[in-house]
Amino acid sequence: MTQSKQQFDKIAPEMFTIVGGRQGETEKLSDKTVSFWKEVFLRFSQNKLAIFGIVVLVIVTLMAIFVPIFSPYSYREQLGIYNAAPSAAHWFGTDDLGRDVFVRVWQGARISLFIGITAAVIDLVIGVLWGSISGLAGGRVDNIMMRIADVLSAVPYLLVVIILLVVLKPGLIPMIIALSVTGWINMARIVRGEVLSIKNQEYVLAARTLGASTWHLIKKHLIPNALGAILVTMTLTIPSAIFTEAFLSYLGLGVPAPMASWGTMASEGNKALTSAPWRLIFPALFISLTIFAFNAVGDGLRDALDPKLRK
Amino acid sequence: MANKLLEVKNLKQYFGPANNPIKAVDGISFEIYEGETLGLVGESGCGKSTTGRSIIRLYDITDGEILFKGKNVLDTKSRKEMKEFNREMQMIFQDPYASLNPRMTAGEIISEGFNIHGLYKNKQERQARVAELLEAVGLNREHANRYAHEFSGGQRQRIGIARALSLDPSFIIADEPISALDVSIQAQVVNLLKQLQKERNLTYLFIAHDLSMVKYISDRIAVMYRGKIVELGEANEIYHHPIHPYTKSLLSAVPLPDPMTERMRERIPYTHEEPGETATIHEVKPGHLVFGTQQQINKWK
Ligand SMILES: Nc1ncnc2c1ncn2[C@@H]1O[C@H](COP(=O)(O)OP(=O)(O)OP(=O)(O)O)[C@@H](O)[C@H]1O
Ligand SMILES: [Mg+2]
Repeated sequence: MTQSKQQFDKIAPEMFTIVGGRQGETEKLSDKTVSFWKEVFLRFSQNKLAIFGIVVLVIVTLMAIFVPIFSPYSYREQLGIYNAAPSAAHWFGTDDLGRDVFVRVWQGARISLFIGITAAVIDLVIGVLWGSISGLAGGRVDNIMMRIADVLSAVPYLLVVIILLVVLKPGLIPMIIALSVTGWINMARIVRGEVLSIKNQEYVLAARTLGASTWHLIKKHLIPNALGAILVTMTLTIPSAIFTEAFLSYLGLGVPAPMASWGTMASEGNKALTSAPWRLIFPALFISLTIFAFNAVGDGLRDALDPKLRK
Repeated sequence: MANKLLEVKNLKQYFGPANNPIKAVDGISFEIYEGETLGLVGESGCGKSTTGRSIIRLYDITDGEILFKGKNVLDTKSRKEMKEFNREMQMIFQDPYASLNPRMTAGEIISEGFNIHGLYKNKQERQARVAELLEAVGLNREHANRYAHEFSGGQRQRIGIARALSLDPSFIIADEPISALDVSIQAQVVNLLKQLQKERNLTYLFIAHDLSMVKYISDRIAVMYRGKIVELGEANEIYHHPIHPYTKSLLSAVPLPDPMTERMRERIPYTHEEPGETATIHEVKPGHLVFGTQQQINKWK
């Protein structure tokens, strides 16, 4: 101890002098400034699979919008040619009622995409509100809100949907409600997790010591930092909603005739699997392709956003 | 002696269930005088950050009193009073990566307080103020448009310091502002803090987990152990005449500049000793306080 005491005597503050050099001088930064989202975009655009997904989605969307408008046939028109194989006149053939499968596939795309996107938007609104209130409030409120979500998600998903559809009769609106009843829980959990981790970050504490109001914290810190996770979750919700819709339609719980969704078309096409396979193949192909594309985009987004990949 | 700027009396901060709480801060008292730097030193988890955060009202304290400029800060309830308090007291954080919002530019980070307090509404005026703050902490005014991730650790910490200065506070809590930085950069940041203190007449509570840099910046030092302050005194006094065995152990961990003596430096391990029921604060010399029972203190001496 005495040894070290003598040492401390020797180092007095007066002995420290600024010898110049790096003191005060600032290191150079690279010339271009890159915002977070610009960097995400750059990384995303280097992901071939994700770009492929985007291309597929753009094509599917454009076709869904324009084919039913410009096609010579309507999706409900019975042309009198039954179960005809694909030809120059009917690219995807016709079905048992003599309707053009090509138009019906793109009419179905409208319904499937509409259901998928609407369900995702509803999930987004409820899930973000529920999750952020729960995470921000903390304590008892958080506990109660998350237990409610747990109970809802513990009920078998299919059971909820089937009961609802029986009560509400099959159709577009009940299908969307049915999908949203349990769908938002995943979003709520993810948003809550984000909020919990962000609200204890030092930059939020710093804003609080500056006197920030809760609204300021939400606007400037929580939303910009949780946006990435919300976007990824939403992109991955759409394909699962499309899949569920197809699956329920396949079970005969889908939109009623003469409306078409990919699921109902596949369900009907299944009956003629050997005699007219095109009636199943085309809707099934587009279900898979679209779901794959959404997943590719979602994964690409997640990779582009992942801070662990950042240097 | 200068005026008391901050007075902490019997501050307690417990976390968790009331029947079995984590006593992060367990009844500490100290004062900070205008213009001085009080170093708060102790091992990881002893409650230093909690102390700082309780003082600046990030946590609602369990018990005790905090007087700032003679006024009990717990009485400031209205939004207006709270904002006045925020302008007086600011904090510099430990982690230069977590303390800057990755979605904001340096300029946005530094001017965040202006938005909150409705200052410098004129754009030119605001830019000039941001530029002035950037230069005050040794950064370039062109850096205002850069995002946090473009800066190095030391530069990020400078941005954090500029943010803390933005509202012209009189008191700054620096929570281990240098422990995440390279040793070569640590000295730069400490020098910057000292220089700013002189220029702007600041008072610091400087938190650190070892004694090596603290001596250079602190006028007085408080040693914290398991939620309690076990020793407090003038920096020189603590260095030359430590009494509490925990302080001695901390001192023995400071590396020495001379390689010959450094090789012979012996670390004194500290074995936990229950403070005893009757342990209290004893003033062993004017201004030198030690926590323990009379017998313990006699033994330690
Ligand atoms: N919000 C909290 N809830 C529960 N326990 C907490 C909370 N904050 C701190 N603690 C506990 O209080 C104790 C003191 O923590 P504190 O962060 O003040 O330590 P510290 O001295 O700053 O340590 P370090 O040097 O690692 O920063 C720790 O045991 C910690 O686990
Ligand atoms: Mg700490």
